[in-house]
Amino acid sequence: MSTREMSIRDAIREGLREEMNRDQNVFVMGENVAGAGGVFKVTQGLLQEFGPQRVIDTPIAEEGFVGMAVGAALTGMRPVVEIMFCDFITLAMDPIINQAAHVRYMTGGQATVPLTIRTTLGAGRSAASQHSQSIHAWFCHIPGLKVVVPSSPHDAKGLIKSAIRDDNTVMFFEDKMIYDLKGPVPEEEYLLPLGQAEVKRVGEDVTVIATSRLVQEALSAADQLSESGISVEVVDPRTLLPLDKETLLKSAAKTGRVIVADGGYRSYGVTGEIASVIMEDAFYHLQAPIIRIGAADVPVPFSKPLEDATIPTAKHIVEAARRLMTEEA
Amino acid sequence: MNIDREALTEMYRQMLTIRRFEEAIEDVYRRGLMPGLAHLYIGEEAVAVGACAALEPRDYITSTHRGHGHCIAKGCRLNEMMAEVMGRVDGYCRGKGGSMHIADFEAGMLGASGIVGGMIGVAAGAALSIKLRGTDQVTVCFFGDGASNQGVLYETMNMAALWKTPLIYVCENNQFGEYSPWKDVTASERIASLADHFHIPGVVVDGMDVLAVLEATQTAVERARKGDGPSIIEAVTYRYRGHHVGDVKPDYRTEEELEDWKKRDTIQRLRDQMMKDNVLSEEEAVALEQEVQRQVDESVEFGKSSPLPSVEEVTDHVYA
Repeated sequence: MSTREMSIRDAIREGLREEMNRDQNVFVMGENVAGAGGVFKVTQGLLQEFGPQRVIDTPIAEEGFVGMAVGAALTGMRPVVEIMFCDFITLAMDPIINQAAHVRYMTGGQATVPLTIRTTLGAGRSAASQHSQSIHAWFCHIPGLKVVVPSSPHDAKGLIKSAIRDDNTVMFFEDKMIYDLKGPVPEEEYLLPLGQAEVKRVGEDVTVIATSRLVQEALSAADQLSESGISVEVVDPRTLLPLDKETLLKSAAKTGRVIVADGGYRSYGVTGEIASVIMEDAFYHLQAPIIRIGAADVPVPFSKPLEDATIPTAKHIVEAARRLMTEEA
Repeated sequence: MNIDREALTEMYRQMLTIRRFEEAIEDVYRRGLMPGLAHLYIGEEAVAVGACAALEPRDYITSTHRGHGHCIAKGCRLNEMMAEVMGRVDGYCRGKGGSMHIADFEAGMLGASGIVGGMIGVAAGAALSIKLRGTDQVTVCFFGDGASNQGVLYETMNMAALWKTPLIYVCENNQFGEYSPWKDVTASERIASLADHFHIPGVVVDGMDVLAVLEATQTAVERARKGDGPSIIEAVTYRYRGHHVGDVKPDYRTEEELEDWKKRDTIQRLRDQMMKDNVLSEEEAVALEQEVQRQVDESVEFGKSSPLPSVEEVTDHVYA
């Protein structure tokens, strides 16, 4: 399969464009998505291509337009909503949780809500605590939702297409710190199923289960560690709900040493859940306690040295792996 | 207003069906045949029936936690409704929604919410969807005076007015938001005056008069179908019962106030009017009333005889 180099931003846009061409019921709505092309330019050019009926600029009214997207999804449309920063999702929690996630179950299977909500996570831009959070874990707690956290252009495109075609509400979290990351994307059309993890690098000594930007950090840590003879396996769940437990457990059983790294707050988050899954089903394969790496449990600060101190990086993964290798079962 | 005998009789039949159905639920509740809560629509029948009489089967409505009346007026079946209220497997939602979440997508009834104002966004989205799909449907969004203070109403009204979507906001001002008189928690004199801010039509109608509600809704529907955008109708009505069955001696109102409103009871009023105009005879009225009672009784029997859901179903319907 021939490929070309493309950024995550461009890969998502290509996925959106292909799905909009494929299905007339797909439309995009959100703040500044049309004329301005989105604050991160993911939807740039779509207005010119598909017109204002299918690329809709909304007022700044998250509860209103997310609620409307639920109503549109219930009546035959396939909306793709953009929430500029995931911090703003707090304003739209009722339509997402109480309506979108619950309505199929609550109506005994009558309703379908084929809705995709795209939003951004990630700290590192000195944007302070209301534009920098990674609160994807909140949605993993809600039955009825699906949660996607892509880490590469290839994955982002294949997953956004599957998210749009999915008949459930899919929360699609784009890491704003890796929009410019480039990688190979096939020329031909392809889809990636939701709920399928991928081993991004094969290794023998330590498993690093990482999400979004942390996958890149884990790959960089693996390069550094290989110089000291430590072989690291990097596993990317790609979707957190549903979670491909099998792939995660297989790797944990193989290496016996596990690090879980995610950009959300460390407490009560993604790392805690994944560590529990491994504890429950791979405990007797472990050589050492699981190490969790997440963002510091503080609101994301503004000033650079403070902000940097809250963000998990390759350095933390390297330290954790060295620690694991010195511990004996 | 020129309404034929058949249409009048149908409205009378629907309002009476709602009244009898709600009375049956009150009874079922007190006999311990249903779990949870029941919010009764008794007294407000003219609003649902008047508004839905202006609609076609293809049109949509969204409902509220006090939603049985909307369901009946939009054509939902009593048997499946009662079974749902009783938590039985033959209910509309297989017992997973209960009284507050009855939905019938085939009838255009998009559901109800236990969150006050929770369906306002959904209704506005259904109207947007109509516009995007280019059909000639409309959506009626029922909500109460309580929901009129939720932010989502303002947010969606702005978008509906801006984009001229076929949406009719029908506010049932039944005087109480849960246990509080609406005036105690609302600065505005009239909820319909919200329309002024968004430059859309807003009218206040007598919500105890089914014909007044019908006429106002017809005007709004006509405007919506033409592509001229949303309207708001505030139907002033009265909740005869408490917030829910069991809220028996409300201290937030007087008996006198309740009795005053009952003097204008919508069902009695339409019956008297039809008799006076010689479009309904006493004999016909009694036959109709017996038939309504029979259907309601049948729904209770249907609910009672339907099995409780099997525990195996608990994980069904989480995902499509």
